[in-house]
Amino acid sequence: MIIQVPPTVPVVPEQLDPSAVPLAVPEIVWSAVAPALVLMIGGILLLTVVSLVRKPLPSWFHATWTVATATAAICATVPLWQRVQDNGASSEMAGTVGLDGFSLFVTGVICVSVILAALLLEGYLRREDLVGPEWYVLMLLSASGGVVMASANDLIVLFLGLEILSVAVYVLAAMHSRRTSSQEAGLKYFVLGAFSSAFLLYGIALTYGATGSTNLAGIQTFLADNVLVDNGLLLAGLAFMLVGFGFKVAAVPFHMWAPDVYQGAPTPVSAYMAAGVKAAGFAGLLRVFVTTFGPTYREEWMPMVAALAVLSLVVGSVMAIIQTNVKRMLAYSSISHAGFILLGVAAASDAGTSAALFYLLVYTFMVAGSFGVVTLIGRKGDGRHSLEDYRGLSRARPGLALVFTVFLLAQSGIPLTGGFLAKFYVIGAIVDEGLYALAAVAMLTAVISAFLYLRVIVAMYFAGPAGAEEGSEEPAEFAGPPVRIPAAAGLALGLALVGTLALGIVPGPATEVTRDATAELTVGN
Amino acid sequence: MLLNQFLLLAAILFSIGVYGVIVRRNGVLVLMSIELILNSVNINLIAFSTYHGLGGQVFALFVIAVAAAEVGVGLAIVLLIYRNRRSVDIDALDELKG
Amino acid sequence: MRVEMFTFLLAGLICLGGALGVVLFRNTVHNALSLVATLFGVAVLFIAQEAYFLAAVQVIVYAGAIVILFLFVIMLLGVDRADQMGVDPIVGQRTAAVVFGVAILGLSLVALLSGPEVVTGTPATTAALSSDIPDVNQIGEALFTDYVFAFEITAVLLTIAVVGAVVLARRSDGPVIDEDEFDGTALDALALEEPSDVGDPDQDTADGADPGSGADETDPDDLEEASR
Repeated sequence: MIIQVPPTVPVVPEQLDPSAVPLAVPEIVWSAVAPALVLMIGGILLLTVVSLVRKPLPSWFHATWTVATATAAICATVPLWQRVQDNGASSEMAGTVGLDGFSLFVTGVICVSVILAALLLEGYLRREDLVGPEWYVLMLLSASGGVVMASANDLIVLFLGLEILSVAVYVLAAMHSRRTSSQEAGLKYFVLGAFSSAFLLYGIALTYGATGSTNLAGIQTFLADNVLVDNGLLLAGLAFMLVGFGFKVAAVPFHMWAPDVYQGAPTPVSAYMAAGVKAAGFAGLLRVFVTTFGPTYREEWMPMVAALAVLSLVVGSVMAIIQTNVKRMLAYSSISHAGFILLGVAAASDAGTSAALFYLLVYTFMVAGSFGVVTLIGRKGDGRHSLEDYRGLSRARPGLALVFTVFLLAQSGIPLTGGFLAKFYVIGAIVDEGLYALAAVAMLTAVISAFLYLRVIVAMYFAGPAGAEEGSEEPAEFAGPPVRIPAAAGLALGLALVGTLALGIVPGPATEVTRDATAELTVGN
Repeated sequence: MLLNQFLLLAAILFSIGVYGVIVRRNGVLVLMSIELILNSVNINLIAFSTYHGLGGQVFALFVIAVAAAEVGVGLAIVLLIYRNRRSVDIDALDELKG
Repeated sequence: MRVEMFTFLLAGLICLGGALGVVLFRNTVHNALSLVATLFGVAVLFIAQEAYFLAAVQVIVYAGAIVILFLFVIMLLGVDRADQMGVDPIVGQRTAAVVFGVAILGLSLVALLSGPEVVTGTPATTAALSSDIPDVNQIGEALFTDYVFAFEITAVLLTIAVVGAVVLARRSDGPVIDEDEFDGTALDALALEEPSDVGDPDQDTADGADPGSGADETDPDDLEEASR
């Protein structure tokens, strides 16, 4: 095979002289990426400490370390938040990282989901006889990827953040080494995740070709200053990126993986996937579509996002009703929640973004709490997840049944819980944009999905034993070994309960924060 | 310029990769098909980078790094499943349905 | 121009031939070797566009490391198993694959060919490729200036890959739990810390001892569960 190689570039010796080419090293403000740094360093330090200490550390140590690291990351956002509120948003690291209220808020949400999932994981690992700090290490590193993704100001950084987030979660999903279904979930999640990343990447490449930049601020200014005569390339890029994000946030029709993966993965990991990974995915979606392409290309992408939202709402709530496995049911209900959040994206307004952020915060508490209860009911083997296994829970564990009831009612949107306000704000935001049909669909599906939550509640409180005739007065006996509640899991449920109720009763502070958490794309500091 | 041809080639390669991901049952082959897609992305990026400057080349470098990481983890999962079930057939993974 | 065209056609043919080989050949080793052909073709295309460094990386990392990893796993799984990989997949899957592939190709082509000018021809917002400095120098400079953060967080990604691969490769002790056993007696037995293989006699214990039977048997429970 003979290939004509174009003439090679001559290497001029003086070009290699360091003094001849002054390197314009950008100013690096480490404090601006402090939350992500705290998570990364915390994860790697945990790995180092555990490898250096000779005897195995107690299992509470890993969980405490993880919770402390995530809390420190939340604390690190506070001074940055002040700085953004005082001085406005800025972009750091040669313009590849955006420091704004939006990224800081999503950072907080991701860290909350890490705290809740780590607390659930502690008892879970002991119950399942699994060892290893690697679960916590991967969770912390994955969260750092989510934080990077939420604050990305450049498509390269966004993609790398997404990969850091996803690759760690592929491993986490497959990590229950003795449950084959966990490994199946890991493989399914991996194949579809890598597939969707490739779609996203193809879209990014086309967008780069059409606009000449991977920098979000660069793309925004380019589109504001130029009118593309032929925008086929950019539209194809947008479509492929939407497919990629659609897979990540499990929006219909890109949701096929979610029920299988949520069901098969270790339940605390399902909680993290449903809360943290979804928050990061939506952060990327909001940043790219609403903030970057919102001003110029809203008319083009808005119908696509609205279609995804409607499909997710309808399919998610209808499919959830016919499930008999509670984990699958929660997976489908999380798809319908994704539909609600997509409505906030489709509104493409500041109110819509604030509503989506508020929804993400509330949803994190609700879904982590729900999966927390499911973790406990699953008992040893993590396999008791059918609706039958919830019969008579109100007699065996009245407190747990009550807490689960609150989470389920919150998910269905009952007033005095955060779930109601979250749905209310999202619907308000799309009504403001005049999208009444979408609002109607949202309210209709909220009613449909209320049935499914009631089904679980009825099973816990009222349903007779399996096989008994309807209307039997005799409450069901709770089957199987007793449910044990480890202290850490109890703490997680308590935190989630407080979060869910507090956001519903005193939403003021949170709504103020979400209102200030606007995304801005800036060039330079 | 030749830009158009490169984009065409990348589009065809991408489609072949998508076909492979959907049609192949063997986990290892699905991974290879994903590599095809990533390569089509790289062809695109390099083609654009002759117009738009260095960004595309740097991006392609990161894509290669990400592909290496993904393949490492993916093959580890495939091996794990094979060890427990003696099968790498994705469609034979029948436990998760309902 | 003619030389460029010739190079492109040759490399493009190698690429597409290799890609078709990856998705069509029945022997897994042949698939991997076809992948090498595609990767070399892509490397030639890179050279044709003066991306010499990337061409080298493509050959060294992709063809040299990643494909070797693939081959290693294929050998570990057993080459003789490869023949059964080409059998017809579940009904409709091949049709669906063709439909998806063609649809995506059509979409992309419409997008690419919809106008006379494919790219907008706007000036580069990053540093343009200047022809008198080698591209290695330029890429190195860009990595440590404009893309320094991306470069640094790649380290985290590689750490995750290492940790993940090691964790997954570690052998577990204790019995493997098959989800099929989660009904009644098996679970109670599990909770009592007894061996988990006391389930129904028609369910296999799925400890991987018997190839074939674990994957292919039709379980009555599965049929019941398939109510979705």
